[in-house]
Parts: sequence; C-alpha cells; structure tokens
Amino acid sequence: MLALTALLIVGLAIGFFILSRAKAISASQGVLANLHSRPSYHGTYVMLWAMIVGLALLLALALGWNAYLHAKFIADIRAVLPDARDIQINLVLSDAMAIAAGQVSSKIDPLREATAVSFARADAVRIWATVAISLGGAFIAGVVGMRNISADWRARNRSERIIRGILWASAAVAVLTTLGIVLSLIFETFNFFASIGWRVDKFLFGTRWSPLSGVHDGQMDMDKVGAVPLFAGTLMITGIAMLVAVPIGLFAAIYLSDFASPKVRAWAKPMLEVLAGIPTVVYGFFAAITVAPFIRNTGEALGLSVASESALAAGIVMGIMIIPFISSLSDDVINAVPQSLRDGSYGLGATKAETIRQVVLPAALPGIVSAVLLGVSRAIGETMIVVMAAGQGANLTANPLEAVTTVTVQIVMLITGDTEASTAAGPAFTLAFTLFCITLALNILALRFVRKYREKYD
Amino acid sequence: MSDMTDTVKISTKNVDVFYGDNHAINDVSVDILHNTVTAFIGPSGCGKSTFLRCLNRMNDTIDSCKITGDLLMDGEDIYAKSVDPVQLRAKVGMVFQKPNPFPKSIFDNVAYGPRIHGLVGNKTDLEEVVEKSLRRAAIWKEVKDRLHAPGTSLSGGQQQRLCIARAIATAPEVLLMDEPASALDPIATAQIEELIDELRHNYSVVIVTHSMQQAARVSQKTAFFHLGDMVEYGDTSTIFTNPVDQRTQDYITGRFG
Amino acid sequence: MVSMTELSKIHNSPESAARLKKRRAAEWRLKAYGILAIVLAGAALITLMWSVVSKASGAFTESYISLPVYLEADEIDPDNTGDPTIIGRANYGGLSKDALKAAFPFVKSRGDKREMYDIISGGAAFELRELAMTTPSVVGQTLDFRFLASDIADLYLKGSYGELIEQNAGGNLTVESSGKTAVVNSSAADFAFVMARLKEDLRGKAAFNRDQAALQENGRAVFVERGDLVEAAKREAERDRLIALAIELEARAAQDGGTEVLDKSSPSVLVRMGETWVKLTAVSATGGEGDVIGTLRNVKLATGDWQVYSQDLPEASRKVSDLQIVLIENLRSAGVVETVFNTRFFTAGDSREPELAGIWGAAVGSFWTMLVTILLAFPIGVMAAVYLEEFAKKNLMNTFIEVNINNLAAVPSIVYGLLGLAVFLGFFGVPRSAPLAGGIVLAVMTLPTIIIASRAAMAAVPPSIRDAALGIGASKLQTAFHHVLPLSMPGILTGTIIGMARALGETAPLIMIGMVAFIVDVPTGITDSATVLPVQIYRWSDFPERAFEARTSAAILVLLVFLVLMNGLAVFLRKRFERRW
Repeated sequence: MLALTALLIVGLAIGFFILSRAKAISASQGVLANLHSRPSYHGTYVMLWAMIVGLALLLALALGWNAYLHAKFIADIRAVLPDARDIQINLVLSDAMAIAAGQVSSKIDPLREATAVSFARADAVRIWATVAISLGGAFIAGVVGMRNISADWRARNRSERIIRGILWASAAVAVLTTLGIVLSLIFETFNFFASIGWRVDKFLFGTRWSPLSGVHDGQMDMDKVGAVPLFAGTLMITGIAMLVAVPIGLFAAIYLSDFASPKVRAWAKPMLEVLAGIPTVVYGFFAAITVAPFIRNTGEALGLSVASESALAAGIVMGIMIIPFISSLSDDVINAVPQSLRDGSYGLGATKAETIRQVVLPAALPGIVSAVLLGVSRAIGETMIVVMAAGQGANLTANPLEAVTTVTVQIVMLITGDTEASTAAGPAFTLAFTLFCITLALNILALRFVRKYREKYD
Repeated sequence: MSDMTDTVKISTKNVDVFYGDNHAINDVSVDILHNTVTAFIGPSGCGKSTFLRCLNRMNDTIDSCKITGDLLMDGEDIYAKSVDPVQLRAKVGMVFQKPNPFPKSIFDNVAYGPRIHGLVGNKTDLEEVVEKSLRRAAIWKEVKDRLHAPGTSLSGGQQQRLCIARAIATAPEVLLMDEPASALDPIATAQIEELIDELRHNYSVVIVTHSMQQAARVSQKTAFFHLGDMVEYGDTSTIFTNPVDQRTQDYITGRFG
Repeated sequence: MVSMTELSKIHNSPESAARLKKRRAAEWRLKAYGILAIVLAGAALITLMWSVVSKASGAFTESYISLPVYLEADEIDPDNTGDPTIIGRANYGGLSKDALKAAFPFVKSRGDKREMYDIISGGAAFELRELAMTTPSVVGQTLDFRFLASDIADLYLKGSYGELIEQNAGGNLTVESSGKTAVVNSSAADFAFVMARLKEDLRGKAAFNRDQAALQENGRAVFVERGDLVEAAKREAERDRLIALAIELEARAAQDGGTEVLDKSSPSVLVRMGETWVKLTAVSATGGEGDVIGTLRNVKLATGDWQVYSQDLPEASRKVSDLQIVLIENLRSAGVVETVFNTRFFTAGDSREPELAGIWGAAVGSFWTMLVTILLAFPIGVMAAVYLEEFAKKNLMNTFIEVNINNLAAVPSIVYGLLGLAVFLGFFGVPRSAPLAGGIVLAVMTLPTIIIASRAAMAAVPPSIRDAALGIGASKLQTAFHHVLPLSMPGILTGTIIGMARALGETAPLIMIGMVAFIVDVPTGITDSATVLPVQIYRWSDFPERAFEARTSAAILVLLVFLVLMNGLAVFLRKRFERRW
C-alpha cells in the first residue's frame, strides 16, 4: 500500500512536470526566448518539489507513526500484564499483529484478539491517513509551485539548487552511516558496561569469557566477561595470517614489479586478482574441509596433537586471502618509486637486488607499512573463515595447534545463538565496538603513512 | 698526466641502436679520450643521450633495446658476454639529468657505491672517501655539518653536486653526465661547470648538453648529433669556429634547435 | 690515506670479481624468493579450486530406483471421486514402503526394514503424491515409479563409500543353509585372497596399537620424571594392554590358514549367488559361514554360478550398511537404478535432506537482495561522487565527508551487519531475514566502493571538457550531467559491478540480520524471508551429512560462475569503453 503510494506520488509529480512545462510554454507567448528558463526546467522544478514533499511526508509518517503505534500497544499490553517480561509482551503484540493480518499466530487468547482488533483499526487509520496526507502534501506543493511560473521565473537556477541539495544529501549518507554505526554500537556498549557495574577493566583485562552463563536479572557476572582470550585468539590468527601473507605478498610484488617479464606479469597479476575475488565463505569452506584435516593429519604423523579447528588452519587460509591485498598495494607503491632512483643506483653499478633492498624498498616503506596495516585490519575484521574454521570456546593459549576463538566468531555466536536478543546484544555490540575502534585506528594510521609517501613522490 | 691525454679510453665504431623497430642511432663512431671532457651536442631527440647510455650499458634495463657495433673500453668489448654490466657501471659512473638523491642521508648517499663495491674495509676509510668525494664535488663545505640530514633536503644544485659526489665515490674511470645542469639555475650551473673542468684531471668526462655555450666552456672535444647520426666530431674549438658540415653550422648559428 | 686512483683499481681486481659472484648470487636468491612467492600463491589458488571442483561433481547427478508401486484405490480414493484433495490425503510414505517390501520380501526384522526404507528418499513419497494428484487416472493401477534414491544410496552408487571388489572364484560352491545362516565351502581356495586382505587389515590394526602404546610409553616417562607414580602405573598398564593386543593381532595375521572372525570394524566379505547373498561372519581360505540375505531355505546345494566380494571400508566407518549394499546391488543388477543429471539441484529450494536440497531459493534470494542493493547504492553512490568531485568546495564539512567515506571502506563487514540489526531492523522496522534488509545493509557497505570508483572515473575526465562546456554557457550541473557523467560512465559501471560482485559473495553481515534461517520456499519479493547463495553455502557446510559436502562445493561453483561473469563484464566494459585521456 505504502509502496503504491510512493509510486502514485512519483506519477503525480510527473503529471505536474507536464502541466508546468505546458504552462511555461504558454507563458512564453509563443517565443521561447522570452523565458528566463527553458520550459523543461519549470517542469523539473515543480516536479521536484511535489516529489520531495510527498516522499518526505510518506517516509516520516510511515516510520514515525509505526513506531508510535508499537510503543502505544506495548504500553497497553503492559498495563494488562504488568509482570510480563519484555519478550512475552513483544510476543503478544506480534501474535496480535499476525491475527490482524490473518496469519497464523503462536497462540490465541482474548487479550491477543482484543489487541488484534484495536491494532487493525489503528493500523488502518495510520495507513489511510499516511496515504492521504502524503499525496495531499505532494499535490499542494505542486499547485503552489505552479503558481510561480512566469516568463521571468528563474526555474533553472532554483531546480539546480534543489538538485545540488539532493547530491549533497547523497554524499552525507556516508556521514549518516558512520553516525548510525557509532551510535548503535555505543548505545549497546553503554548498556553492557552498565550491566557489569562499569568495570571496563574486567572486560579489557579479564581472562574468562562466558558472558551468557552468568546472567542474572539483567546483570552480567563481571568475572565472566573477560575478553582477553578473544583478543589473544584474534591476535594469534592474525599473526599467522600475516606470517603467510606478508612475505609471499611482498616477494610477489617485488618480483612482479622489478623482475618479471611482461608475459609473466600478464598471467600472474590476474591470478592474484582471482585470489582476491573469491568470497570469504569459500575460503572458510576450504579451511574447514581441506586445510584443517590436512594439518591435523600432518601433525598426527609427526606425533603432535592438533585440534580439528586449529588456529593454524584458519590463520594460513586467512593469510592466503590477504596475499593479493598485500601484493597489489605493495606493487602499486613499488611501481610508484621513480625510475630515476633506480637509474641512479644502477648507474653506480648496483645490482637489481641491491637497488631493491637499499633504494626501492626504503623509499616504498611507508606505502608497504600501510599495506600491511590495512592487511592486519582486514584480518582482524574477517569473519567467515574463522567462524567456519576456528574454535568457539574461549581458550587462552599460545599454541597455534589448539583451537582458539576470535572477536568476530563470538559476535556471530552471540547474535545467532538461542539467547534472548536483548541479553546477547550487549557483549556482541561491545566486541563489535572494540573491533570498529581498532580497525578505524589501523586505517587512519595506514592513511597517514600513505599520505607521507605521496608527499614525497607526487 | 698530460702525456696520457691523447690515449683513447673508450672507442666506438659503427654503433647502431634500435628500440623495437625504431632506429635510434645510426652508424656512430666516436673515440672518448683520457682526461678529456667530450661534449655530445645536438637538438633534442637526436640520440645523444641514448648513445651516452650505451657507454655504461644503462640501456640494458630497457627490454626492447638492441645495440650493434663495437664499443671498446681500454681495448675490451663493453658488450662482451664476460663483462658484467654491474662491474662496468662501477668503472663508468653516471650523473643524470634530474638530481636523484636516494631517500637516505647525505653520508649514506655518497657511501652507497663504496659499500656495494666493497671499496674500503673500515669505517674511517669510508668516512675519508665520503669526505674526499664531497670535497671534489665542491659541496663539502655546505654539508659537512649535516652529513646525516636526508639528501632530499638539499637544494637542486646541491642535490646535483651530491649526485656527482656519489658517482665519484665509486672511483670510476669515466664519468658520464646526461645534461647535468638542465634542471638547475645559472649559479648552480656555473658551479657544476667549474666542477666538470676540475674533474677532467682525474677522469674522462662525457657530457650531454643542448647548450652550445656550455659545451664550448667545458669541453675539449665535441660530437654533434642529428637525427640519430653523428654528423661531426672534432676539437671543440674547430667545431664551433669552423664546422665542416652544413647541419653543424646551421645548428650552432641557431637556425634550428 | 685513501687514494681515489688506487681505489679505482679495485674494480679490476680478482677480489672484486669474487665479490661480484656473491652479489649476483644474492640477486638470484631474491629472484628465486619472488618466483617461489608467485608459485605458492598459484598453488594455493589451484588447491582451493581443485578441492572445490573435485568435491562438487557428486552434486550434479542424482540416482533413481524404479519400482512397481500399487496405488490401491480403496486406500487412496475409495469413492473414486478423482478429487485431488482427497487423493492428497493418502499415506504415500506407506505405499512407497510397500513397494520396497514387495521388492525384497525376505527383509523381515524391524531394524532391517528401517535400513531398507532408507535407500529411497523421504521426498519420493511427496513426488508419488504429486503424481497421483495431477493424474488421478493412475489411482488403482500398478505403475513403475522412479523413486529418488536417498543420499546414502546415491553416495554408495557414486562410489563414495568404497568399492565392492569382486574376487576371482573358480571353484564350485557348496552351501548348507539353516535359513538364517549358512555355511559355504568352495572346492578351490577362492577365499585366499580375501584372507590376505584381512591379514593386512590385522597388521594395520596391530601397527596402530603399537603407535598408541608408544604414546602411552611417552606419557609414562613424563610422569615418572615428575614423580607421579600412580599416573605412570596407569600408563604402563595401558601400554601393556595395547602391546598385548598388538601381539595377538600380529599372531593372527602371521597364522597360516585357519579361520578369521569378522565384525563391524573389519572389512566385509559377501558371497553372492544370484539374488541371494551370504554376509560372512567367519572366513577361511576355502569358505566360511555367515548370515543369509535373501531367500535360502533349509537346503544343501552346489553351484558354479557365484561370486565373492570384499568391501575394504568396515561397516562401522560408513553410513551405508551391508544389507543396504546388497539391496542396491540387487536393484542395480535388475537394471532399475539410473543416475541422471541433477536438475533438482538448480530448481529446488533448501531442504534438510541432501538429495532434495537445491540452490534455486538462495539464488532468487540473492537476486532480490542484489536488486535492492543496486537500486540504492548506484544512484546514491553516483550522486555522492558527482557532488564530491564536481561541486564540493574544500571546507570542513566536505573534508569530513571524504574522511568518512575512506574510513567506511575499511570497516569490517560484520559491523555493517550489526548496523543493520540495530538500525534498520530494530529502529526502522524492516522485516527480518528479508532481501530488503540484506539489500540495504549491502548497499550501505558497497557505497564507499562505488563512490571511490566513480570519483576516480570522473577525475580522469580532463578539465578541458568541463571548460568547453562551461565556456558555451552550460551550468555546472549541466556540465556534470551532460558531459562528465556520460564520459566517466564506463569507469563508474566497472566500479559498481566490482562492488556488486563483492556484495554478492558477502556472508557475515547477512548472518547478523537473520538471513541464515532455514527457508524452504523460494522468495517472491523483497519482503519475504530469504537466504542468499553465500549464506546457503555457509549453512550447508555446517551440516553433518556427507552428501552436503558435494552440494556445498557445487553451490560454491555456481557462486563463482556468477562472480566470474560479473568480473568478466567489468573487464569487458573497461577494455571496450574506457578512454585514456
């Protein structure tokens, strides 16, 4: 219904476009040059106004009124069931909504049926009022806009200003996204820390992670929210990944930029790009089905006991995933080192290896450091490989053959687990906020290095 | 030393250079004499830089480049299989058009050559070589108090003299200079020219320039290149006062350039 | 004093030549490391591809077993109404079982019957029902129905549970049967080869026990060192037990002739006489005794028409039992088993039964999700890029927007999932598990990629074009939309496609917003519950049934095909239209 209304508003706006265009043409008294703006701009101007007013009203009413109704009915149900828990009240409401929509509900009782009746009534009022108000608003905006049309009316400048506003709003979506991320993460993080009595140190430095096992009346057991095993696990897997990715990626980049013939480059570079384009879930499958059993069997042949979800397997596969990342970024910065520096070194009788080691790499170092930092940031935030191939239990160990868990694995487990969403959200969002801060810091640091590098050679 | 002035250091005969299908140098024969400054002049794109880069095999780094003809240094074929270009370039140093100091300290820039070639055994000797090279490149006074500042922090003229010091420190026998002053202001240019005249006493210097005045000022021998041909080669004074070829005359009188 | 002229002589010295050799060696080493790096990366890619492709093949075929089934009219539609709703109510599972019972009347015990029923899929009954409902005329008839084989039967037919190997049997077989069990004896040493295999198996087990004993011995030594004699004694006892076991096994293996007892952990030996089989429980070089599978009354007979089979994978290590193998082999000999291309995999929705599961539901879910993503991300991304590249002045606000976009590109995808969970689901009330929610999250995630690529494409348009347009009186907006945007469109589209390809393979954020639920129906719109291909892959990879491994790999192949197509399109656009200025 509401989607249809949006289409109707667009249709109405197009109608205004045609009308306004015609009115502008008639205002020109036959000579189009009399107009300040071409007729289409008059049409566009009115159309934009009608559309913006109509759609804005629609969106605001659809969302706001809906939220209001939910809040109101939750309050009403709570008045009837004062002792019920949040989840039960929500269940009653969603059942009532299902009954109102003629769908199957988990249970039918008088309260649900009564709520369903009044909800259906209120919802119908909401929908029809929303339709009427937004269509009416669009219509009024169009009529008002059309009254302005005259030969002198600067429709072009005005519509361009509106379009620029729309362009700006599109760019501002990025800011809204960041704001949304930060606010939603901070909100839950705040709740979580409040539930452990603001003992942030227990979260950052505690060594026992089992947050859902100690929940009591919304308070968490502060001795079971220590995230150190998660940080250590993340660090270990990231470390293994970088041990794989940095040497391979860097040597590959050096070889491709300074040694390889164009022929080798022509197939080696696309090969690395293919590696970069493989979805992480495929890497996860590869880690779980192929690499982990291989490492386990190899370990057993050597007389070592290897967990089937060892940190080593997840780390190696994550390293493979990050190779192209490191190699392409390093390749870029190595190629950007001016040829004149290489010539200077060759001119003194240096070999290629000496030139690379002593001139090219030191010159490209900031760029390479930034590539490695971005790689670390990727590894820390990577989810699927570790969800599919790393362990789930918090285990504080330095042995890469044992199973460890990571921050991202715990977020997935908390969110997809059976525990009530409101309880699990706290620790999950707090972990995500930590993750966000770390990757943000790494990214800013990396960009700073890149800028330093650019200043030198651009 | 003057008795050695007429000995040939590098002799080239019938040299052709191709870039893919492009015939860049056509049948050039020039002798570079010991302790002499030889200037290669000519309009841009005439092949003088390309030819210069043949003398220390810098063209090897370009895949499509092919060179034929005889190039002999002290009677030995530069392009012989047994000659390692790395070794050759240690003996035939090069200074480039744009100053290109490494992103290292002034000291490390100059010490780079001696270090990779293992010229000196200990730190004191290395410091001495660096100092001598900087003195010879007439920049010692300006940098002696900040040897550990980055080479890129110097001015353009200073950077170019640093690059010359860097080339000298490798102890070459021949010094190739590819328009070493083209990116510099007149004062820095004068300093470099003075320096080139100094260097003549110890090295054979080959300088590529498109400034005829510069060639006249610093060189004893001049070769005039035009469209890949070496048109004329002789004493600088003769070339500038009494050229044989019409094209040379047109060029030095400024009819084209 | 160092003399520079003296120094220059070093270049011609033998020391210098020796040094040069070392320097060249160092150069060669660096090059070798580079080649090694490329080779390792290539090997990783090939291993990955191979492990996916080699596992996927099983998912592209499925097996059917044709059996006569009697659709008894009294059961299904006693009043002969022909009404599909009435016909649909009958017990087709029972009818399917009856068909199996009729085919194998000798299967009597409840456990055996359950094993027998397990060779056809639970979904076959639904297909039978479907057939009866769409063509009521079949009711009351006996028809040859193609029952879909179950996952274990299918895997066995594809050889995933090891092969049934026929051994040479030249002698005449005498069989003495009591009905349930039988003693078989060959006139020749036809079981000698089987015996050899069994002994090999015994030696393997003995070696395993010795390895285990060695581990216990290590443990004992450690505890002795620590002074914990109680634990050490435990290890010692365990070690001795294992060694004794190994010695016994080795003795059995070394023994010449004699009889070997078979159990679930040893290879199976089956004797076949036409449709009747004997599963041996004890075997010697010339014969043995075992359980009869089939009909063999109290008889004593001699036959030359028989075979002996061995199956090396012990019954305990495979999902398919000896009984099921015998039944399937009998069906195979009867020529009623066929293996065909698995169209179901491409047209069905998800299922908990591997043989019924398909990717169509997930593929359609991916389509709806991508539709939402591109409809949101492309216009917003391009408009944002136009603003930033063509209009934004260098002020604090615009710098802030730029920094934001750059940082958003590096935010882990799972964080976007939580954003979707908290803001779009929690705050705006977008339905959970729906392509709408997934599409919005992926759009937000893809935006920075599209904006950055679009800006780069627009920045590559030379200023002279803008000057030309502005010079003839076009406004800035007209310049941007009439000239810059069309000229940079190939670059923008390339960036968008690459961003969409990445979104298509994204899994983690969608798991956060509930697209990981088990959804059988194919979604019909953007607000239906749905899942997407990569999440389907994730779910299947987690299932214990072995047949899902092939399906997971096959789903990966399908996803990779889509990604290759999209990236191919991007490369094509770049090659065909992109201009270098």
